[in-house]
Amino acid sequence: MLEQYAAVVGEDVIDHLRQLAAPLKGLKVVHVNSTREGGGVAEILHKMVPLKQALGLDVSWEVITGESEFYQCTKRIHNALQGQQVGLSDSLLEVYERTNAENAERLRPTLKDADIVFIHDPQPTPLIEFFPKRKGKWVCRCHIDISKPQRKVWKYLRRWVGSYDASIFSLPEFAQSLDHPQFLIAPSIDPLSEKNIDLPAEEVHQVFDKYDLDPDKPLVVQVSRYDRFKDPLGVIEAYKLAKAMTPLQLVLVGGGASDDPEGSEVLGEVRSAADGDPDVHILELPPDAHREINAIQRAADIVLQKSTREGFGLTVTEAMWKRKPVVGGDTGGIRLQVINHYTGFLVRTPEGAALRMRYLLHHYDKRQEMGQRAHRLVKENFLLTRHLREYLSLMLSLLLGEGDRLEVWMWSPG
Amino acid sequence: MTHQRGEPFALKSKPNPTPPFVIRDCALVTMAVGVKAQSLREFRDGILKVPQDSIYHHFWGRLLQPQFDEPEFNNDFAAWARHGLHEKALAEKLAVVDPVRIKSIDDLRAELVEIIEERLDKSEYVPVSRADQQFHFLKSQIIIFDTGQRVSDPSEFGTAVKSMTPSSIFYHFVDARRRNPEGIDDFSFWLREKGTECDDLCRRLSTIDLYFSSLKRIRWLLADIFDRWGEGRS
Repeated sequence: MLEQYAAVVGEDVIDHLRQLAAPLKGLKVVHVNSTREGGGVAEILHKMVPLKQALGLDVSWEVITGESEFYQCTKRIHNALQGQQVGLSDSLLEVYERTNAENAERLRPTLKDADIVFIHDPQPTPLIEFFPKRKGKWVCRCHIDISKPQRKVWKYLRRWVGSYDASIFSLPEFAQSLDHPQFLIAPSIDPLSEKNIDLPAEEVHQVFDKYDLDPDKPLVVQVSRYDRFKDPLGVIEAYKLAKAMTPLQLVLVGGGASDDPEGSEVLGEVRSAADGDPDVHILELPPDAHREINAIQRAADIVLQKSTREGFGLTVTEAMWKRKPVVGGDTGGIRLQVINHYTGFLVRTPEGAALRMRYLLHHYDKRQEMGQRAHRLVKENFLLTRHLREYLSLMLSLLLGEGDRLEVWMWSPG
Repeated sequence: MTHQRGEPFALKSKPNPTPPFVIRDCALVTMAVGVKAQSLREFRDGILKVPQDSIYHHFWGRLLQPQFDEPEFNNDFAAWARHGLHEKALAEKLAVVDPVRIKSIDDLRAELVEIIEERLDKSEYVPVSRADQQFHFLKSQIIIFDTGQRVSDPSEFGTAVKSMTPSSIFYHFVDARRRNPEGIDDFSFWLREKGTECDDLCRRLSTIDLYFSSLKRIRWLLADIFDRWGEGRS
């Protein structure tokens, strides 16, 4: 498995990983999240877990389960942490805590003896309460933008987050006032996954037939869940503004995630805003349609990600890997990837997005140039191998203790 | 010839060989310090109070952080002055603060504060960034490990350097300056033990301007210097 990655990133990068992982061989590591399919977290874990195993760590991945009320509650918590004003009734919070208590009992045999436990996002955060005599280090991994959380909800969650040994955020602005170390690790994409591997030109071209797209008309694409923070309505507005000046077609690709009950409501609003325009194609693809999404991204001339809040924006990374210039919302992790005027454009309004779309559609050479730079930026900074290196470093940091210099002498010379 | 009084006995005995050069590598883990700034005054106060690791990180840690391969500024302080505060002149002044020339972190800190206070003195208002473009002070932990590779003779460096990772170059050529006496890199430190034969090589290594280069560029420059020196020697 590691050899396949060496072909993409270079043998030296893989050697580096092996050396970092050597002292961690046999370490019992458990990841816990709330969905096996759909969303960036599940995608990362699908690859991160086997890679850590290939490096000799004893890694497992557990998923907490709950009823629809539990997911309703966690979606609201998710939205509140991203700054939306939402109501959370006591009865919903009771479901949240009870579901975590039930899952804690189910997962107890795995979690109690783990050396390191990574808890992803707020859904399973309270699990820690049920392991007062835990053996290992517990790390709270927050993937979402909590730069301006609804304070009441953050205060509610903080009692659990504060009990962890460390936390991980994707960007510095998401870090909070906490007494434990707060590590910063950006997420990543997997260049060998179905969603990102190179595809034959014919397979990419089939997208036009399959979705009744016009191969002679420029194609603008946004891939993301039907979620208000992804601003799909703003995308349609930008499309309408740009279309008044230049011909184009828009494809919105949304996938459902099993822990997102709000999607269908937003999808309805999007359909209504499109108002039957034959050049607006609203697709709802299953969470495992990775190859299909890959082909659509590759068929695009420009990729949009007009989010108003964004944890990191892995769809931006995917598009950039495919050498597409991205017009992205000036927020969160999109800023780390879209270097304004170099790898794409950062925008704050539908008007701004329309202007940049028009510019790029009229400058083929700029699209190519930005796309090449975008690919290089992702290759050096946002692939799974870099992400894995930072997780290994963090685990060493947790095990070796504090201090600004930690030395791991695992080879004895001679 | 008899041994003269006062002559070091070691001159007569078989000299101890220099221990081999140990090629190490490193990885950085970045952490939040918990200090942020929205105004230029908060920025100055932050620079005054954050740990030395944080000042170091914002000058040098960027080499191992996600960044565009042709960054506009060479330190994070200058980049924020330009893009967070939109202070072009201040950004230019902060960008020329050279951590190679100013070796002490506290002297670097003082230089930054001096430049910022000069700007604060000249203005009737305090520049402020948008709320979502604040400066977040960071620091990093460095995890160091042995690659198991050794170099016994300076002539082997040309080949060895080419296979070193950018982070290994960071450890031996950038981070080394925090560890070694006189703030020199690990290669020069080791070559000194080889005697005057390597003086010219050390001089050539000292000409690399590491502040304006990426790690891959530094690796290329190092390999070129070692290769040329090896050719001249053979």
